Amino acid sequence: MANVSLRHISKRFGHVNAVRDLSLIISDGEFVVLLGPSGAGKTTTLRLVTGLERPDAGMVFIDGRDVTRDPPGTRDIAFVFQQYSLYPHLTVYDNLAFPLRSPARRVPEALIRKRVEQTAELLHITSKLANRATRLSGGEMQRVAIGRALVRDPAIYLMDEPLSSLDAKLRAELRLELKRIQLELGSTILYVTHDQVEAMTMASRIGVIRDGELLQVGTPREIYETPADRYVASRLGRPAINFLPVDLLPHAAMPPGTETLGIRTEHLQIAKASGGQFAGRIHRIEHLGDQNHVHLEYRDHMLVTLADPHQPFEAGQEVELRLDRPLYFDATGRRIAPTLH
Amino acid sequence: MAQIRVEKLHKAFDQFTAVHDSTFTIENGTFFALLGPSGCGKTTTLRMIAGLELPTSGSILLDGEDVTFRRAAARDVAFVFQMFALYPHMNVAQNIGFPLKCQGMGGSDIRERVLETARLLRIEHLLTSKTSKLSGGDRQRVALGRAMVRRPKAFLMDEPLGALDAEFRHLMCGELRELHDRISATTIYVTHDQHEAMSMADRIAVMNAGRIEQIGSPQETYDRPASMFVADFIGSPPMNFLHCDAGLDSDAHAVKLKDVSIPVPEISERRQGGAVVLGVRPEHIRFSDAAALRGRVFGAEYLGTTQIVTVVTEQGPIKARLASSLPVQVGETVGLTFRFSSLSLFDAQTGMAIQTASPPSVNEESAAHG
Repeated sequence: MANVSLRHISKRFGHVNAVRDLSLIISDGEFVVLLGPSGAGKTTTLRLVTGLERPDAGMVFIDGRDVTRDPPGTRDIAFVFQQYSLYPHLTVYDNLAFPLRSPARRVPEALIRKRVEQTAELLHITSKLANRATRLSGGEMQRVAIGRALVRDPAIYLMDEPLSSLDAKLRAELRLELKRIQLELGSTILYVTHDQVEAMTMASRIGVIRDGELLQVGTPREIYETPADRYVASRLGRPAINFLPVDLLPHAAMPPGTETLGIRTEHLQIAKASGGQFAGRIHRIEHLGDQNHVHLEYRDHMLVTLADPHQPFEAGQEVELRLDRPLYFDATGRRIAPTLH
Repeated sequence: MAQIRVEKLHKAFDQFTAVHDSTFTIENGTFFALLGPSGCGKTTTLRMIAGLELPTSGSILLDGEDVTFRRAAARDVAFVFQMFALYPHMNVAQNIGFPLKCQGMGGSDIRERVLETARLLRIEHLLTSKTSKLSGGDRQRVALGRAMVRRPKAFLMDEPLGALDAEFRHLMCGELRELHDRISATTIYVTHDQHEAMSMADRIAVMNAGRIEQIGSPQETYDRPASMFVADFIGSPPMNFLHCDAGLDSDAHAVKLKDVSIPVPEISERRQGGAVVLGVRPEHIRFSDAAALRGRVFGAEYLGTTQIVTVVTEQGPIKARLASSLPVQVGETVGLTFRFSSLSLFDAQTGMAIQTASPPSVNEESAAHG
């Protein structure tokens, strides 16, 4: 395992700036997730690290070595794709052994057996080793695909939405497993996804990317609690953060330059109306079982907050609102630190 | 708009029974979700109501009228599919108006109805657009418009949002529900996605292997699941199950998990022994140093608002939803306590819920009303 460093890389396709001056260091043993919508430049960034694409500008270093011009085969990386493509005529065992049997590597068969068995154990697919790859469930197939990357010990694993083709339950299971395996092996992973839950739950650090530009890099907690700007704030959190123009909301101790308030759903409390200034009307209540999402109308703005499912609120009801710990944004959308008291 | 009644509806394909004697009533104006995994019989049920499939036995009543063997076209219901096909050579208005044109309605009447439908869907500005130029969401709205324009007695929807990505699906859920609130049409909505069912439906029928396991409001199915299947299918992460082989009598007030005793609500049905399963939702678990049930933290998943902590206990892994401000160390030993009033009990053999006294939801609601 090793450091990977991207220095000021850019890549254009025709008129599209797929990646713009992107710098990122992935330290040894780190799980870095690039989070962004489709078309943000996530996959292009991965392909630049693999060598499947060459940057127009900038450099890629793996373990201190400049690999910018090196072909993919020499870069010591393993790639897991969104669509797992296993060899259908081979058993799980042979699928896992395949990367080690490459003529370029010449790994002795006994060592291959050991690596395959260890990997299968790690992924809980030991009992399936003799099965044909096509005789597996979707989750098992994706585990084998991940396992095929894990049997090798590359400098870095690159993963392109590897869980997105699985159903929700399996995805939740594999998220936890992948994180456990990464911690156990101390692997270095660069993972791209558009799913904020995957990013939040697995990443050591998240890089939020949009239009080819890396907007903020930080731990999930840093990104959630202290987003750099409005876009990053709206990218994480479900339901999404509420925004209110500052003139709708006389709020004490606002830092100078504040134009917009960002209010996370959990920081907006509601109570029975009691004639106060800050009152809204419940528009709709969405049941999720463990909690309700309450959609409110406040001076022509829609806000969402969370409520216990057994609190007796109903649509049409007037409620009193209360904020704590709002985020402050200036006219350009940058976050301003709160004034200290 | 209409009431839909389904009585002892049964459908067998050769050896395979797709739907077992389903009986339910959907009142006028209700948004009713048929929820279950693929192959559970939900789509077959819907297709029988639509008239696209004939039942082996049983009957379907639309506003009290038996339509079981009536042709689909004569049922006055509108079907919305997952893969909506729009006519590419027609613009939006022509697509929406097409069903009326087929009925032979006059041009000015069609224009009026199309405009009214477009207003309800808030797509008036798109009426002259080519359908090929539309976004996925707008295409879906046009498809809905084509179903609505005939003013059918009921809407039957088969995973209409299945092809959309997650964020957008959530947005469309809100939109569909608001549309329902505006037109109050009886709607049957088939989905495998519990979030869609929970967030939109007035009532949910949870199906498993051709049988309806429970019909209730979203909150009822969540708080008082009728079976382990329902408890597992609804909720994310799902309900935790702790197996208790020691058995449980009607007068028991606690279950024994190995050497840990956990108090449970009073049992209101007669039973003698028999292994049980204790069900506890992740958000009803708290860490407590004093608790007898102990485990080791396996991992914590930060979600911003909350975190999901997986704790490995002698009874297996347990997932707890805790405040994200709580510091949690992987590997540390913790004690777990459960919110007593929210526990569920199931018969280990049948998987069905064991009736307990005073449903927690009713209790707490009445308390809150004061």
